[in-house]
Amino acid sequence: MATSYLDKKFSLWDWLTTVDHKKIGTLYFFAGIFYFAVGGLEALLIRIQLMYPMNDFLDGETFNQVMTMHGTTMLFFAATPLLFAFMNWVVPLQIGARDVAFPFLNSLGFWMFFFGALLTNSSFFLGGAPQAGWTSYAPLALDYKGTDFFVLGLQISGAGTIMSAINFLTTIFTMRAPGMTLLRMPLFTWSTVVASALIMFAFTPLTGALFLLMFERMFDAKFFDVAAGGNVVLYEHIFWIFGHPEVYLLVLPAFGIISDVIAAISRKRLFGYHSMVFATVLIGFIGFMVWAHHMFAVGMGPTVNSVFGIATMLVGVPTGIKVFNWIFTMIGGKVQFNTAGLFAVSFIPSFVIGGITGVMLASSAADFQFHDTYFVIAHFHYVIVGGIVQAIFAGMFYWWPKIFGKMLNETLGKWMFWLFLIGFNLTFYIQHYLGLWGMPRRVFTYLPNQGWDTANFVSSVGAFFMTAAVILLVINVIVTFARGEKAVQDPWYGRTLEWSIPSPPPEYNFARTPIVRSNDPWWYEKMQGKKEMQYAEPLAEIHMPNPSIIPMIMAFGTFIAGYGFIYSSWFGVFLGFGITGVCMFIRSIKDDHGQHVHPEGLHVEKGVHHSA
Amino acid sequence: MVQNSMKNWKTIGRYIVLLALAALTLSGCAGQENLSAMIPKGEGAEQQYDLIKLTTYVMLFVTVIVIFLFIYALVKYRAKPGDNSIPKQVEGNAKLEFLWTAIPLVLIIIIAIPTVKSEFALADVPEDAMKIKVTANQFWWEFEYPEYGVITAQDMYMPVGEKVGLELKSKDVIHSFWVPALGGKMDTNPDNTNKMWLQAKETGVYQGKCTELCGAGHALMDFKVKVVTKEEFEAWIEKMKKPENPAPATAKAEEGQQLFQKSCMGCHATDGTQRSIGPNMKGFGDRSTVAGYLELNEENTMKWLKDPQKVKQQNKMPNPMQDLGLNEDQLSALTEYLLGLKLE
Repeated sequence: MATSYLDKKFSLWDWLTTVDHKKIGTLYFFAGIFYFAVGGLEALLIRIQLMYPMNDFLDGETFNQVMTMHGTTMLFFAATPLLFAFMNWVVPLQIGARDVAFPFLNSLGFWMFFFGALLTNSSFFLGGAPQAGWTSYAPLALDYKGTDFFVLGLQISGAGTIMSAINFLTTIFTMRAPGMTLLRMPLFTWSTVVASALIMFAFTPLTGALFLLMFERMFDAKFFDVAAGGNVVLYEHIFWIFGHPEVYLLVLPAFGIISDVIAAISRKRLFGYHSMVFATVLIGFIGFMVWAHHMFAVGMGPTVNSVFGIATMLVGVPTGIKVFNWIFTMIGGKVQFNTAGLFAVSFIPSFVIGGITGVMLASSAADFQFHDTYFVIAHFHYVIVGGIVQAIFAGMFYWWPKIFGKMLNETLGKWMFWLFLIGFNLTFYIQHYLGLWGMPRRVFTYLPNQGWDTANFVSSVGAFFMTAAVILLVINVIVTFARGEKAVQDPWYGRTLEWSIPSPPPEYNFARTPIVRSNDPWWYEKMQGKKEMQYAEPLAEIHMPNPSIIPMIMAFGTFIAGYGFIYSSWFGVFLGFGITGVCMFIRSIKDDHGQHVHPEGLHVEKGVHHSA
Repeated sequence: MVQNSMKNWKTIGRYIVLLALAALTLSGCAGQENLSAMIPKGEGAEQQYDLIKLTTYVMLFVTVIVIFLFIYALVKYRAKPGDNSIPKQVEGNAKLEFLWTAIPLVLIIIIAIPTVKSEFALADVPEDAMKIKVTANQFWWEFEYPEYGVITAQDMYMPVGEKVGLELKSKDVIHSFWVPALGGKMDTNPDNTNKMWLQAKETGVYQGKCTELCGAGHALMDFKVKVVTKEEFEAWIEKMKKPENPAPATAKAEEGQQLFQKSCMGCHATDGTQRSIGPNMKGFGDRSTVAGYLELNEENTMKWLKDPQKVKQQNKMPNPMQDLGLNEDQLSALTEYLLGLKLE
C-alpha cells in the first residue's frame, strides 16, 4: 500500500509548517470555503434587507459595510483562495512535478493571504467595516476609518497573491516533466499561466491605488483632494486597470477547470485544443485594454467610450470560441452526468447569459442606462456565481478524490446542484429587469410603489435556495470525511497526469518522473494498453523541501505592522516589520538543504481502475 | 431503457420551452411609467432603448444557437448506462472554428456601428440649449438655471420637447444623475464638469435617482424631474425670481419664520436667486417630497426636523434639537412656516 501525503498523524504543527503544495492547497481551500460562507452570510443579510421595501433590518451604514465586505470577501478572500487551492492541488500533478518551484514562498503566500483577510474582517469588531464598496472610490472612502482595514488587509493579502503568481509561473515554466511541451499542457495549467501573468500585472496597480488611499488617509497626502489639485477620476482609472483583469484572472482558471472536466466527463479530447489555448491568452491580453468600460458614465467623452466599448465587445469572440469548443467536445462524446459533470455542463448556459449581457453592457451608449443598476449586478453574478462558483464546485467534485482519497457523496451533490441552479437563477435573473426598471445598485432600501417589490422578494427567496445548497455542501464534506467511499486512482477515467498516480498521492507525487508522449498523456498511455506512465528516470532518492514555521511568523509580522499603521503606532509598525525582518534574516543565513525521501517500497499502485 | 430516457428528455424539453415562454411573458413587464428605462419618454432614453433592444435581439440569436447545440449535445451524447466504449477522439475542425470566430465579429460590427453613432449623438449638447447646472451634494440635488438666475433644489423643472443642456458637478463625493425614463446617467465628479442633454417628449413628473454609492443616504437620494409646458416653465421661473415670499398666514408660522431667520438662514436661502450651503427653500411648500423621498406633509417634515440622521443617515444638516437648541414646539412652528413657503 502506498503511503500518501495524508498518512502522517494529524498535527497542527504539521499544517502550520507545511510546504507541501497539496497541503497548502488544502489550507487555501478551507480558508476560502470559510470566507465563502462569511461572504454568503453577508449576501443573505443583503437579500433579507432588500426582501421588502423600506425594510429596517439593516440601516444604511450597516448595509454599506455588509455590502462592501460581501464584494471584498467574495473576490479577494473566497474566489481567489479557492482557485489558488485548485492551482496548488492540481498544477504540479498535471505537469508531472513533485512540488512548486518555491515551496517556502508558497507557504508565505498563503499566510500573507490568511492574515490579510483576518485583518480586513477584524474591522467588524474594531469600529466598523469599510463601507465605500469593494471599489473603495475616493473621495468617499476617505471619510471612513474602515477604509484603513481595507487598504492594509488587501496590501498584505495582495502581496501574498503576487508571490503565488510568481511561484506558479516559475513552476510551470521550469518544472514540467520531459515531453510536457507548452502545447501539451492541460487547459487548467494553461489558464493558471495566464491568470498568474494577469495577477503580476494587475495587482501592481492595485497596490498603487491602495498606497495612494493609504497615504491620503494616514499621512494627509492630497492625491484626491480636488481643492489641492487632486483628481478623483484618477483613482477610478487606477482601480479598474486592476479591477477588470481581476475578474478575468478569476474566470480564466474557471474556464480551465471546465475544459478539463468537460473533456473527462465526455471521454473525449478537448475540441480545438489549440484555439482554446489561444483564446485563453487572448482573453488575458484584451483584459488589460477594457478597464474604462466600468467608467462609461464618468464623462470620458464619446471617443474614449467608443474605443473601450468596441474593445470590450471583442472579448466576446475568444469567449465564444471557448463556449462552442466545450459544446463540440460533448458532441460525439459519451457525457457522464455525475455531480462534477452537472456543474460543468450547467456552467455553459449560465456563463453564456453572463457573457451576452456583457456584450450588451459594452454598448457604451446603452450602458448609460445599465451602468450601476441591478442589471450590472445580474450580469456579473451570472459570470461569477453561474461561472466561477459553478466551476469551483465542478472542480471540487472532480478533484476531491485525488486530493483526499475519498469520493464526495453523489446524491447529496446532485441535490445541491439542483438547489443551487434554481436558487441562483431565481436570485439573479429577475435582477436584469430590476435594473432596467430603474433600481440602482448598492441601495440599502427602496421605496414601495416603484414596481420593484415582487422582483426583490423573488430574488431574496432564491438566496435561501443557494444557502440551502451551500449547507448541503458542508454536510457533504463532513459526511465524506467521516465515512466517504474510498477513491480509486482514476475514478473518472481521466486524461491528465494527476490520474496516473495514487489517490491521495504520495508526498513526492511521482516516485519517478513520467515521460509525456502526447496531449492528455495518461489517456494516451491507457490507449496504448499501458497500465502506467513511461518513466524518465530509475527509482531513486527524492529531494524534498523541509517544513518551516518561518513563513507563518514572517506573515504574522506584516499583520502586526498593519495594525500599527491603522492605529498610527510607530511602535506597532516597527515591531511588525522587525518580526518580518528577523525572519527574513534567519531564512537568508540558515542553510536549508531539504531532505531526501526514499521511495523504496512506496511503488506506484499497479492496475488501473476503469470506472463506468 | 433507451426509450425511457428519451421520454425523460422530451419532458425536460417541454419544461425548457415553458421556461422560455415564462421568460418572454416576463419581458412583457416593462416596469413603472416615468421610472423605467423600458418605457422611454425622452429622446435619449428612446435611442438607448433602441440599442438595448438591438443588442438583446442579436444576443438572443447567439443564445438560441448555443442553447440548441447545447441541448442537442446533452440529449444525443448522454452516456447510456453500462456503455463504456471509447468515443472517437476528435482534434477539432478548422472550418467550424473559423465560422464561430467570424460570425461573432460580424455581430459585433452590427452592434458597434449604432453604438458609436448614438454615443456621439448623446454627447452632442447643442450650444444654444437652455442650461441647467446640476450640483450633487450628500444627499440632495441643486438645480441652477444660469440664464434666469434661478436656483432650486430636489425638483428640477424643464420644458417639454426642448433639448436641455445639463452641466453636472459634485460638491463632495462622486454621485451620478439618472432619470431612467428620460435618458441615461452621468456621474457628477468633484473635479470636472460633465455635460449631457435631456429632451422629454411628454409632460409629467419623472423619478430621478443617484446611482453612484455616496454614503449611507445613497439609496434615498432621489429627486424629481417636472416636465412642464414652455408657458408653465416660464411662469415658474417668474415666480422663482420674485424675491419676497408669501407672508406667514398664522402667528405660529410667523414664529417659525423668526426661528428660521435665527437658526436656519445661515445654510438655507429662501430667495430663489441665491445659492446657499444647504438646499434652497424657495417654494418648499410646492415640492413633492421632504428629504427627497418622503411625501411632503406636516408629519414627515416634523420627522425630518426632529432627527435628520434617522431619516437620512450621514447627511450633513445639524440636528435642530441637539445642535441648534430648538424644542418640539419650535419645530412645529418651523414646519408650519416651511410648508407655507409656496410660490405665488
